[in-house]
Amino acid sequence: MSKTTNVVPISAQQDAIEFDVERVRADFPILSQEVYGKPLVYLDNAASAQKPRAVIDAMSHVMETGYSNVHRGVHRLSQVATDAFEKARNTTAAFINAQSDNEIIFTRGATEAINLVAATYGRKNIGAGDEIVVSHMEHHSNIVPWQMLCEETGAVLKVVPIDDDGNFLFDEYEKLVSDKTKLVAVTHVSNALGSVVPVKDVIDVAHRYGAVVLIDGCQAAPHMAVDVQNLDADFYAFSGHKVYGPTGIGVLYGKEDLLNSMPPYQGGGEMIASVSFEKSTYKKSPHRFEAGTPAIVEAIGLGAAIDYINGVGLDHISKHEQGLLKYATERMRGINTIRLIGTANDKASIVSFVLEGVHAHDVGTIVDRAGVAIRVGHHCAEPVMQRFGVAATARASFGFYNTRAEVDKLVESLQEVKELFG
Amino acid sequence: MIADDLRDLYQEVILDHGKNPRNFRHPENSNRHAMGNNPMCGDRLKIFLTVDDNGQIQDAAFEGAGCAISVASASLMTQILKGKTKKQAEKLFESFHAMCTEDEHDHVEADGVDPDDIERLQVLSGVKEFPVRVKCATLAWHTMQAAMNGEQKISTE
Repeated sequence: MSKTTNVVPISAQQDAIEFDVERVRADFPILSQEVYGKPLVYLDNAASAQKPRAVIDAMSHVMETGYSNVHRGVHRLSQVATDAFEKARNTTAAFINAQSDNEIIFTRGATEAINLVAATYGRKNIGAGDEIVVSHMEHHSNIVPWQMLCEETGAVLKVVPIDDDGNFLFDEYEKLVSDKTKLVAVTHVSNALGSVVPVKDVIDVAHRYGAVVLIDGCQAAPHMAVDVQNLDADFYAFSGHKVYGPTGIGVLYGKEDLLNSMPPYQGGGEMIASVSFEKSTYKKSPHRFEAGTPAIVEAIGLGAAIDYINGVGLDHISKHEQGLLKYATERMRGINTIRLIGTANDKASIVSFVLEGVHAHDVGTIVDRAGVAIRVGHHCAEPVMQRFGVAATARASFGFYNTRAEVDKLVESLQEVKELFG
Repeated sequence: MIADDLRDLYQEVILDHGKNPRNFRHPENSNRHAMGNNPMCGDRLKIFLTVDDNGQIQDAAFEGAGCAISVASASLMTQILKGKTKKQAEKLFESFHAMCTEDEHDHVEADGVDPDDIERLQVLSGVKEFPVRVKCATLAWHTMQAAMNGEQKISTE
């Protein structure tokens, strides 16, 4: 499982060779599937991305040849599994440029990563009258854990507004942050709007007031290079299944000294240094936060997904996806009854929209029959829907394996919606 | 080209009721109401019933927002419910539910159910081919049932 085991030889001459979308598509078995007798057009990547053969194989491989529990046995297989598991941690650390592998905690998903910080750092350091700052375009998973913490501790939740295009209002943010602010939790990229938040500047301002910052990177990690040291993020969370890896695995990055100052999340095996009935002592990060048998196969799958992404190259991915975003935005603007929701200056490849006079759910059903998979609903971001005065939107979100022809399919199927609804 | 099953789902009657829902109002003298919520897609319907001392529905109306299927279903339901007893309303819901979910639904013409009502509701049976949309078609009916039973809120998830 070295970094160069994947089959895309682009990395050798990244600048010289054009990104070949057909080549990467061939790496994803599911993409050749038909639905309702039509080629699948999968545009729901922000909800979950499909898996390349490299990930599927890596997971099968470990179960067929090297599976055992980790950090436990002296036997051979336990060592093989532990090595592969810890290698995945190392790969993940490198992916976001963490300083040390000890800063990477494997969780069940990004939701658990955020809840972990709320339950440990939050409960220890946040009290009555303290303030937690979030933005108006957070996913529910970056709102509710903080609300629960506020209810428990008497802290106050403050919300940074967004403008009509879905831009994070930085001036308003600067006004909200004060000495009372103990924690800032914002998304890197909005899942409902695609807006990119200037998180480096957000972190910079928060640090001036001594607040720590958690970045929800679920929608950023699949699309752009993330460098937690450059950002100076205190915590950074993302999920495995959105970076073309398996479900059931997520990542919490935290600065090592911060993590080691935090109480454990769950108690159990693996996280302890010693146990007696009088007192137990805890290991340092990451094991302190990984009680019980971890998602071993899934972590290894995530490592394979990151290797795969590195092979394709995030610069290629970003360039290709930005091209798709531009093309899709233009084509959809050509349909006069479409209102785009989320037109921020800096966006990831997510296009949210409503079709005048047609509920998003009806849009979703009709385009589905054309083989086009999009998400419809509130995208677990109800405050965003309220901000734009809509009950739901339809959302097309692009991955690096999507093509312009697929954008055309989407637009054609939207024309069908118009035709049907008159 | 639009597929046949889509044409079946979005029949003219449904599109019409979806765009111009009947009984879309809040009657002042209603004595039963409930809020129905389909959190998956954000459909929210409030059903208002005016039930007399004999348990007969004198008026049925609704407000809210939702997809074409949920709004059309609420619209048709409020038209059909007028004059029905609680028991008849329940029978209708049973028949309607079977129509939306089961392939063979000969038994829907059960005792006490007017075949004409069943005929009118038949336009919604296209949801059978779209399992995730059954909840949309039945939201109004679940909410009606909750209102009848004195519950104020229901959620289909």
